[in-house]
Amino acid sequence: MAAQKRSIKELTMLNNDPIDGVEIDHDDKDMLTWKITITGLEETPYEGGTFILHVTFPNDYPFKAPVLSFKTKIYHPNISNDDKGSMCLGLLRPDSWKPSTRMTTVLAFVKQILTTPEPDEAIEVNIAKEFKDNNKEFTKKAKEWTKKYAKR
Amino acid sequence: MDSDDEMSGLSSQDDFRGDLDSDGGSLGSAFDDEDEPDVGFSQDKEIVKHKKRSYEVEYSIYGPADIQAQQDKQVEEVSQILGQPVAASAILLRHLRWNKERLIESYMERQEAVLDIAGLGSGSVQSPRTHVMKNFTCTICYDDEPGTTTYALKCGHRYCVDCYRQYLATKIQDEGEAARIQCPTQDCHQVVDSKSMDLLVTAELKARYEILLTRTYVDDIEKLKWCPAPNCEYAVQCEIKPRELSRIVPTVECACHHRFCFGCTLQDHQPTPCMLVKKWLKKCEDDSETANWISANTKECPKCQSGIEKNGGCNHMTCRKCKHEFCWICMGLWSEHGQSWYNCNRFEEKSGVNGRDAQAKSRAALDRYLHYYNRYATHELSAKLDKDLYVKTERKMINLQAASGLSWIEVQFLDTASKALQQCRQSLKWTYAFAYYLKRNNMTEMFEDNQKDLQMAVEALSEMFEKPVTELKPLKVEILDKTAYCNKRREILLEDAADKLKKGEQLFREN
Ligand SMILES: [Zn+2]
Ligand SMILES: [Zn+2]
Ligand SMILES: [Zn+2]
Ligand SMILES: [Zn+2]
Ligand SMILES: [Zn+2]
Ligand SMILES: [Zn+2]
Repeated sequence: MAAQKRSIKELTMLNNDPIDGVEIDHDDKDMLTWKITITGLEETPYEGGTFILHVTFPNDYPFKAPVLSFKTKIYHPNISNDDKGSMCLGLLRPDSWKPSTRMTTVLAFVKQILTTPEPDEAIEVNIAKEFKDNNKEFTKKAKEWTKKYAKR
Repeated sequence: MDSDDEMSGLSSQDDFRGDLDSDGGSLGSAFDDEDEPDVGFSQDKEIVKHKKRSYEVEYSIYGPADIQAQQDKQVEEVSQILGQPVAASAILLRHLRWNKERLIESYMERQEAVLDIAGLGSGSVQSPRTHVMKNFTCTICYDDEPGTTTYALKCGHRYCVDCYRQYLATKIQDEGEAARIQCPTQDCHQVVDSKSMDLLVTAELKARYEILLTRTYVDDIEKLKWCPAPNCEYAVQCEIKPRELSRIVPTVECACHHRFCFGCTLQDHQPTPCMLVKKWLKKCEDDSETANWISANTKECPKCQSGIEKNGGCNHMTCRKCKHEFCWICMGLWSEHGQSWYNCNRFEEKSGVNGRDAQAKSRAALDRYLHYYNRYATHELSAKLDKDLYVKTERKMINLQAASGLSWIEVQFLDTASKALQQCRQSLKWTYAFAYYLKRNNMTEMFEDNQKDLQMAVEALSEMFEKPVTELKPLKVEILDKTAYCNKRREILLEDAADKLKKGEQLFREN
């Protein structure tokens, strides 16, 4: 109930003040799941790609963090390379999450991580290692994946 | 109190005492008069273990009430020195992980910064209160009904009390956090103090919060560690530093009787130092497939090949079919085990292994490892089987008590023997991991002699346990003698190993 109300409020705020390159879709019957479309930023290996991200609000949201799951495969140190495509770092971590944090902040954070990965907080350690030690190879692979999985 | 008369009266007493004590002693007592009577850190109701042998360390055991009292006392002290309220002093101490000296020093240097970093902010101190607001929208739940009861910490970030409560409950209950719970506002590091907790959370949650605080207190202090036994509430204090662990194996015994290593909190692993234990366990894990067959408790009789199941701890086996007597560990003749030249424990390095033949080399390395692993695993298994057997025996004894004419007190010797057996097998098991890493030299041979003596003593005692219950009564004196002998052999081995480790005389193989 409280989670619903807060989610609606967040949606209204985002509609009034949208974020560049981020579109939000939802089903009126289920306000606790958002379907988000993020356009890959210019001058990043994700340029030209369109990434689908599902946000699920747990029942005790906003006391628990929203759950982020990339539905589009993406080559990134901070996004799990499995069927979950989960992203859980920084302000999204359970011990860092604050109930006053807005979805505007969360989505801006996601955009920032796509531009600037955080290899020290990696979920995919091998990709993080490559990102640090062989950035050229990392960029090449990330571009390939964007082309393969994220082209509309 | 400070009058001249009394002072002179006191000083004459002091002079008298000065003859007995050193000058330092009387100075110390004069100092004590100014302070409150010291109900200090180490003088609580703890059990002090005094140092006895070279493999034993000094330590104290604290119960939950003692730990709480220690915390309170330190908070009180700091509160008086810094002139900060108790709740704030507790937060400061927790923030600096209970390093009192460092806290006082940095507080004196830069008070504002320290308060800020610890999440206390600056500004006036007031006791926390909730406020009823006329026009207020809570930015967590977006409720805006008039007359909402709200709360804010010193930072002024205000939310409705319902949200505040649920936030704190989530942190305490679901995430097990206590000492470092911050204001619900993004990027605000103000820490929720215990007075605010009192105001906002239920008594049940507050109790949980206190338990968590005590847990972090022990976790934060290097010389304190929780007993790792399940559901045990005691903590052990020991002064051994991590850097000393290559020279000392600090085994402690909790009030619950669990024996563990203070260095790594694993079960007692004397005489092997922690790093070798870690290395050994890693190796066993990596090679678990190769070594799996060893832990099986059926083998074939080396003479008639009929299957033999091990159902007691004793490694002296007699084949049911052909009556052949052999050793479970090395499968050699048991009759030879009493001979001084027989080596069941020592690994004989095969000479003539061609140094350039990589395959032969790796085969030899594997043989060597399996030799030690076999013995390590066998004593582990035997300890378990000894225990199972004892439990069975104890049950039988209770049933047979009347028939055998033994009283409850009289069967206690079996309990004593069983405990000794467990402890000796535990040490014996680890001697094999230890020996695996030892360099071949005189020291090592001495160690292996001790190991062999302990092993023979243990097997002899273990064998008695397999006797039928009705035959145990006349064996009482013999079992007691053997128990004492086993304990003695264990002490000799551990003492010798600990001495050499401390002096750095024991040499280890590279890799
Ligand atoms: Zn609220
Ligand atoms: Zn705040
Ligand atoms: Zn215990
Ligand atoms: Zn240890
Ligand atoms: Zn046989
Ligand atoms: Zn043998």
